[in-house]
Amino acid sequence: MRRGPLPPDALDATDRAILNALQDSFPIAPDPFGRAAAPLGLTGADLTERLARLRDIGAITRFGPFYDAEAMGGAFCLCAMSVPDERFDEVVTLVNAHPEVAHNYERAHRLNVWFVLACETPEDIGRTARRIERETGLAVLRFPKLREFFIRFRVQA
Amino acid sequence: MTIDSTDRRIIAATQAGLPLVAEPYAEVARWLDLDEAEVTRRMARMTADGIIRRIALAPNHYALGMMANGMSVWDVDDARAEALGAQVGALPHVSHCYLRPRALPDWPYNLFAMLHGPDRASVEAHRADIAALLGEACRGHDILYSTRILKKTGLRLKPEV
Repeated sequence: MRRGPLPPDALDATDRAILNALQDSFPIAPDPFGRAAAPLGLTGADLTERLARLRDIGAITRFGPFYDAEAMGGAFCLCAMSVPDERFDEVVTLVNAHPEVAHNYERAHRLNVWFVLACETPEDIGRTARRIERETGLAVLRFPKLREFFIRFRVQA
Repeated sequence: MTIDSTDRRIIAATQAGLPLVAEPYAEVARWLDLDEAEVTRRMARMTADGIIRRIALAPNHYALGMMANGMSVWDVDDARAEALGAQVGALPHVSHCYLRPRALPDWPYNLFAMLHGPDRASVEAHRADIAALLGEACRGHDILYSTRILKKTGLRLKPEV
């Protein structure tokens, strides 16, 4: 994934309109790109061409369905640990060795290690968290999602 | 809210993205030896059931100049957290917004909002906007900036379980 900003002239007004418009409600019907393109004053072919370019230059990471992993039967949980500096590398190695740890970020806080557990079942979340606690001797705080407010991200038009 | 093996094949074929062709559902149907109507019927049902949350593009915040991001966290009055969370989630610079349980005494915060901006000053300005919106319903807040990615793997569903 591209980690740096695009040059300022990489996107024109139409690209920005597409970025803002296509963040939800893409039609599930024949000719969906044509239908999504019409309010933008574009043809379906213009839209697929521009989306392919936006993907190729890294302005978007993907275009398609976002599946709710929990609805498909998986279980996820945000977890946090407070890891002393002198044990940081050792503990992170122990945590990351679990395939259930999907991603892991160091954050500037007393709780300095934040990771997501992705498991097949909710019971596996607890089991994996307790295993990490036993291996490291440190508490694993669990922050399961109770409610999600999804919302689009807007670029300046 | 259940999915069968045909749904799973559709999920596996589309979770990396839809093909950027004039008739993407017909193309997916061709890959899977189904007809287009069956693919769209199943995808519409999965959308109604919440299995597909949306069909959309995923903006790359870094490429779009949003180089700074912070996880802002808020201790919001439980009675008002649901309504206020929806308002915070609707702010333009919030990409993800969740209610989560507190972990007292270590962690008093129940509302998490991921903030993005071109630099930390703008992220802090967005944080001030949220503080103003929450007003007296908020008893305390903090922000956690990520300093390093320690591990990152994609979430991928196996085609068959």
